[in-house]
Amino acid sequence: MSRSSMWEAVGGIVRRDLLLAMRRRSDAAMSVFFLVIVVSLFPLGVGPEPAVLRTIGPGVLWVAALLACLLSLARVFTADYVDGTLEQMVLVPQPLAVLVVGKVFAHWVISGLPIVLLSPLLGLQFGLSGESLGVLVMSLLLGTPTLSMIGTIGAALVLGVRGSGLLVALLVLPLYVPVLIFGAGAVTSSMVGIGGEASLSLLGACLVLSLFLAPWATAAALRIALE
Amino acid sequence: MLQAVTLSCRRGERRLFSDLTVNVEPGTLLAVVGENGSGKTSLLRIFSSLLPPEEGSILWNGEDIHQLKELYSGQLTYIGHLNGIKDDLTPVENVMSAMTLAGEVCSRIGAQEALAGIGLKPLIHRLPSKVLSQGQKRRVALARLWLSTRPLWLLDEPFTSLDAASTSAVTQRLHAHLQRGGLAVIVTHQEVELPAERVHRLRLTG
Repeated sequence: MSRSSMWEAVGGIVRRDLLLAMRRRSDAAMSVFFLVIVVSLFPLGVGPEPAVLRTIGPGVLWVAALLACLLSLARVFTADYVDGTLEQMVLVPQPLAVLVVGKVFAHWVISGLPIVLLSPLLGLQFGLSGESLGVLVMSLLLGTPTLSMIGTIGAALVLGVRGSGLLVALLVLPLYVPVLIFGAGAVTSSMVGIGGEASLSLLGACLVLSLFLAPWATAAALRIALE
Repeated sequence: MLQAVTLSCRRGERRLFSDLTVNVEPGTLLAVVGENGSGKTSLLRIFSSLLPPEEGSILWNGEDIHQLKELYSGQLTYIGHLNGIKDDLTPVENVMSAMTLAGEVCSRIGAQEALAGIGLKPLIHRLPSKVLSQGQKRRVALARLWLSTRPLWLLDEPFTSLDAASTSAVTQRLHAHLQRGGLAVIVTHQEVELPAERVHRLRLTG
C-alpha cells in the first residue's frame, strides 16, 4: 500500500466526481441557483433601505449559503449507494477515511466553491463595503468546507433511510450553528470596525477540527450503511 | 487459500446459516447455490469483508481478514449484484475509473481491450452507459475481470442477463484465472461449464 497509489485513488475519485458533475450540470447548479434566488429576494421583500440591508446582509448571505450546502448534501453518497460504486469504494485497498476526503473535496468544488466565488457579487446587493466583502469571501472559504465535512457525516448516517433529506437537516443543523455564528459574526464585526480576525480564526479552527474528525466518522457510518 | 471457519449469519430475525466451514484452494472455484433468500449474497459479502459475520471468521492464507483490512481488499475483485457503473460515464470511462479506484493501472487502450474481450463492440464504448441494455451494463461491470490481477474473485450472479456468447466468454475468463492459480467464489443459479475438478459446490439450505 504505497502512498502514491493512495493519492491516485483519491485523485481518481475527485476526477470522476467532477466529470460526473460536468455531465449533469443542472444538478450542480441547483444549490447556486438557490443561493442567488434567496439572497436576491431579500432586498425586494425587506425594502431598499441601505441601513437595514447592510445590517441583515451578513446574516442573510450566511443563512442562504448554509441552506444551499444542506440542499446539496443528499446527493453526496446517494447515487454511489444506489448504483453500487460505494461498495467498490469501501473495498478499495486504501483507508476509507482518505477516500472520503476526496469525495468531500469534489463535493465542495461542485457546490461550495461557486458560492464562495459568487458571494462578493451578492454582498454588493446589500451594500457591503470592500473590506467586508473580503471578510465575507474569507469566511465562506473557511466555512463552506467545514459545512461539507460535517454534512457528509449526516449524509452517510442516513444513507438508505426513507425521508433522509429531513433527517439530515435535523442531524447536522445543530452542528452548523457555530459555523453560522462565527461566519456571520466575522462579517458583522468587520462592518462595525473591530475586524473579523477573531471569528475567522475560530472558523479556521472549526475547519481543521472537522477535517481531522469528520472523515473517520463518515467512513464508519458508510461501513454501517453497507452492512 | 480462503477459509471460512464456523461462520454464522443472521439477517434481522432470520438465521441464514450457522457453523459453516468451507475451504477454497488456489486454482478452484466455489459455486454457492441455493434458493432465493438462502443467504448466498450475504455469504459473498462476508467473504468480501463488507458484512461482518455474526460468529466465526474468514481466513486468507491463515490470517483473519479483519486484521488484514486493506491488505485483504488488495487481494480481491468483488462484483456484486449491483454493477457499480455510472450511467453518465461511457463504458471506457467506467472501466478506467473503477480500475484506478481499485489501485490497478489501466490505460484507455486496456479498457477498450477488456470491453472487447467481453464482446462489447467499439461503437458502444463511446455511448453513455445509461443507453445500454441490462446485459450490456453487466458486461461493462464484468470487463474488470479482463484487467484484474487480483488472486481472489468474488462474483454475485455474474451470468445474470448475459447472452450465451458472453456467458461462455466469462466462463473462459474464469477458467484462465483458475489455471493461473487464482481463486473464485461465485453465487450462481446456473451450471458453470468448467472442468469438474476445479469446481466445488456449496448448497445453502436457508
